[in-house]
Amino acid sequence: MIDYHFDWSVISRNSGRFAEALGLGLGLAVLSLAIGCALGLACAYARLSGKPWLAWPVRGYVELIRCTPLLLLIFFIYFGLPELGLYGMDKFQSFVLTLSLYAGAYMCEVFRAGLASIPKQYVEAAKAIGLRPWQRQRWVVLPVMIRITLPSISNNLISLFKDTSLAAAIAIPELTFTARQINANTFRVMEVWLTASALYLATAWLLAALLRRVERRYASIR
Amino acid sequence: MAGNVLLQARKVHKSFGETEVLKGIDLDVAQGQVVSLIGASGSGKTTFLRCVNLLEEHDAGEILLDGEPVGYRMEGGRRKRLSEAAISAQRARIGMVFQQFNLFPHLTAEENVMLGLTRVLGKPKAEAREIAGHWLARVGLEARRGHYPYQLSGGQQQRVAIARAVAMQPRLLLFDEVTSALDPELVAEVLAVMQQLAESGQTMLLVSHEMLFVRDVSHHVVFMDQGRVAQAGPPAEIFGNPESERLRSFLGRFHGLFAL
Amino acid sequence: MDLQPGDFLFELWQARFSLWAGIVATVSSSALTILASTLCGTLLGLVLAYGGPIARALARLYVDVLRGIPVLVLILFTYYGLALFGINVPAFWAGVIALSAFATAHVAETLRGAVESVPAGQMEAAKAIGLRFPQRLRDVILPQALRRMLPPWVNTGLEVVKGTTLLSVIGVVELLLASQQVMARNYLIIDFYLTAGAFYLVINAAIAQLGAALERRFSYLRY
Repeated sequence: MIDYHFDWSVISRNSGRFAEALGLGLGLAVLSLAIGCALGLACAYARLSGKPWLAWPVRGYVELIRCTPLLLLIFFIYFGLPELGLYGMDKFQSFVLTLSLYAGAYMCEVFRAGLASIPKQYVEAAKAIGLRPWQRQRWVVLPVMIRITLPSISNNLISLFKDTSLAAAIAIPELTFTARQINANTFRVMEVWLTASALYLATAWLLAALLRRVERRYASIR
Repeated sequence: MAGNVLLQARKVHKSFGETEVLKGIDLDVAQGQVVSLIGASGSGKTTFLRCVNLLEEHDAGEILLDGEPVGYRMEGGRRKRLSEAAISAQRARIGMVFQQFNLFPHLTAEENVMLGLTRVLGKPKAEAREIAGHWLARVGLEARRGHYPYQLSGGQQQRVAIARAVAMQPRLLLFDEVTSALDPELVAEVLAVMQQLAESGQTMLLVSHEMLFVRDVSHHVVFMDQGRVAQAGPPAEIFGNPESERLRSFLGRFHGLFAL
Repeated sequence: MDLQPGDFLFELWQARFSLWAGIVATVSSSALTILASTLCGTLLGLVLAYGGPIARALARLYVDVLRGIPVLVLILFTYYGLALFGINVPAFWAGVIALSAFATAHVAETLRGAVESVPAGQMEAAKAIGLRFPQRLRDVILPQALRRMLPPWVNTGLEVVKGTTLLSVIGVVELLLASQQVMARNYLIIDFYLTAGAFYLVINAAIAQLGAALERRFSYLRY
């Protein structure tokens, strides 16, 4: 290695900022996943409704989002929507809206596959004990579907958490933005980026381990 | 036929696309009776059962439960499909046990039994739990109430499914080849539970290939052939005096069984 | 009808060279990344599937680390890090290196999954007729794994194209940054974001079509 003297004091001095930034990223990811799940579920039902006027627009939305770079979407919503007369969103709201729309498209596909994979016998058994259509969804189809799709939901949460790094592009002080700022102020390149990487990695791994435990707990479906 | 007629089927027709599966079924089930449908696969037994519980809709004819048409009401001489709510209410009065058990995989044995009690009959949780416990005990599974379906054997799952159906205190209980998916050594435990139920006076309509059980438990046996009722009568008559060639050849397959 | 400055089509015509340069940067960085990551990812994936314990553990570590860090962080780290060690590479190449490192991890994992989905009996049958390991791979295992590999590989390709937008953060004038520079001149924000979006749609649709064609081409590989 070329002469580089590590000076970790820059990290300890800024540990509070790193922690806050990490928390912010996690919060943005969880919030967007929650909204995205609601959106995705509605879209999945629309796709499976058998009504073309519902299914096709949703299909268009999903394909469009999946082919559009997230960064472009972030800029478009943050800079573009005000041009269209939609003012009043701050950068946080704008980013959550973007990431939710993004997550919604992915969750739509997850839920669609999940709903389609539920054996129709479960629905028949639910009919046979006299449950009404919405009760069949609420008490049988949805609980089973959520358990089936839990691994995909966790993967999406981890992906979304990594995607919050793009919020740096509109100056939201999450981990990547914070790291970049400290880097610019101190030039401690290695320390700063190693720390940021390690924090992302540790959080992703921790989330994964945590979610595996949740999955195992609900693994009543074999 | 003795007693009050609970289920009446008149000229029930059902087609899947081009294939007519039911070609005018007439059948009565009286209160407290056990009626068995026998016949080769494809003869329409299961389809008829599914029509009774509205899992399929019959195309013509009528099915009456307690004198009330199932799935339809007549309006100015035309059949009109009932609302989903009304259909659900009718289904709640008819229990059904399936070949593949169809237990809800995300619920324990107890919760499987409780779901209909709380959500359909509106019973409070505590009462539903008590009823579930009672019926799980009746099928010999009280100790397994907290188990999930995947933790139970096929026979145990089917007994839970029976408890789930009976706990709703249905007027009529349908059994659709409930032992066909079971390993041979697990069949007896399920049949024992069914026999117990029959003896307690539960009205039952069943499709089965367990001929000895059919012979011993049924009050009335219906032999179906190619979508029609080919012969019907008390078991002694069906098994002792098979009129048609087809019934003879169908029973011939079980010949070894009856020699016992 | 005469086009005036301020009309979208007029401005689009004015911006044609900038946008074209952006498209070239996007497509070339994507192509280079896909090429490099397919080569490196295949090798790494084989290590994951067949390597000795130590090699396998190292490969696993690489894959899991690279998949746990956001691509943007990888890009920034590579860009600043290389400069720090006096390795003077243009931002474009720093970006391609970072993107390739990321995509390599994905391709490796895909290949491992595909190879392991080939029934074990195939390897044994290939051994039984006396093929050596490279032959078993080339003639028996990889052709069968290919079909399983295609869909996720195409997906990685789409991710790479979308990921090239992140190069704008380190100053590479790819399609997104080129569009933004155009907007800075004419303020047609909506029009040019939509234009850029349409270009990405076309590029990604082309890749998806290519993937579908390849899948059809190899659809005879069933097992």
